[in-house]
Amino acid sequence: MSAGWTTVLVVGAGTVVLKSVGPVGVAGRTLPPVLDRLLELVAPAILAALVITETFASGRHLVADARLAGAAAGILCVALRAPLWLVVLCGALATAAVRALQ
Amino acid sequence: MRRGVHLALPLFPAVAALGVSFGVLARTADLDALAAIVMSATTFAGSSQVAAVSILGAGGSVAAAVVAALLLNARYAPMGINVAGGFRGAWRKRLLQAQLVVDESWALSGGDLGVLLGVGAMLWFAWVGGTALGALVGQAIGDTSKFGLDGAFAALFVALLATQLRSRSRVVVAVVGAAIAAVLIPFTPPGMPIIAATAAVLLGLRRP
Repeated sequence: MSAGWTTVLVVGAGTVVLKSVGPVGVAGRTLPPVLDRLLELVAPAILAALVITETFASGRHLVADARLAGAAAGILCVALRAPLWLVVLCGALATAAVRALQ
Repeated sequence: MRRGVHLALPLFPAVAALGVSFGVLARTADLDALAAIVMSATTFAGSSQVAAVSILGAGGSVAAAVVAALLLNARYAPMGINVAGGFRGAWRKRLLQAQLVVDESWALSGGDLGVLLGVGAMLWFAWVGGTALGALVGQAIGDTSKFGLDGAFAALFVALLATQLRSRSRVVVAVVGAAIAAVLIPFTPPGMPIIAATAAVLLGLRRP
């Protein structure tokens, strides 16, 4: 099986389990507050790391290339409160434009 | 449920458009159209799907993509427990209904299961339909690199991160997570810096 399909099926099955834990399994109980606090910090940690890798990583090298324009467009869009689909479009356009100029 | 459908209307085009983006982006990781659609239908959680696809696209391993995506979705366990009281009936029915828990449906429901299911069902159709459109269009485009889609990932993660920075402790965790990733990029295979960045959540052990 290809890497893509394996990822799709394992992530899909894992997410179904995570979403079902409450409604199927442990109705009425709550998590210990410490665990709750740690879990809610996972998203900002991973998303910040993804901003770095998607902007600067090229294999095992740190590089500054046209993707930097995409990230900058993203920051501008957020400042202007643009919807997510527009953020994606602007990011692609800015990156493509800088790449075409190089 | 009717009220949920109404509440979801303004979100529908936005989620559909984001689904189109995911469908196109999935092509950069060599996911075929069907794989992208199946992922949206079963995982139904945007940021984790984009994370998994971008890690694969950057040459990361399946294990790194899976771990990063499931860590991002770990929040659904406490969110599901939070609304579990409203679910009724056979476990199979509850399992299917539980799949409609996403950030937006959970936040808009205010604990009302009918609203949660209405919002969730609407957004599921928007997300899967958008993905199908984007994946098939992306498939037709062929080589996607000249359209700057790698930079679109960077922009999308900036925007997703911005929605997370609601408190000072979250900002600190994001900065530390970013630093961990930047330092590890030259020394570890693609995907690993992202997983290692989750160590930053241990800052949450400090007294708030």
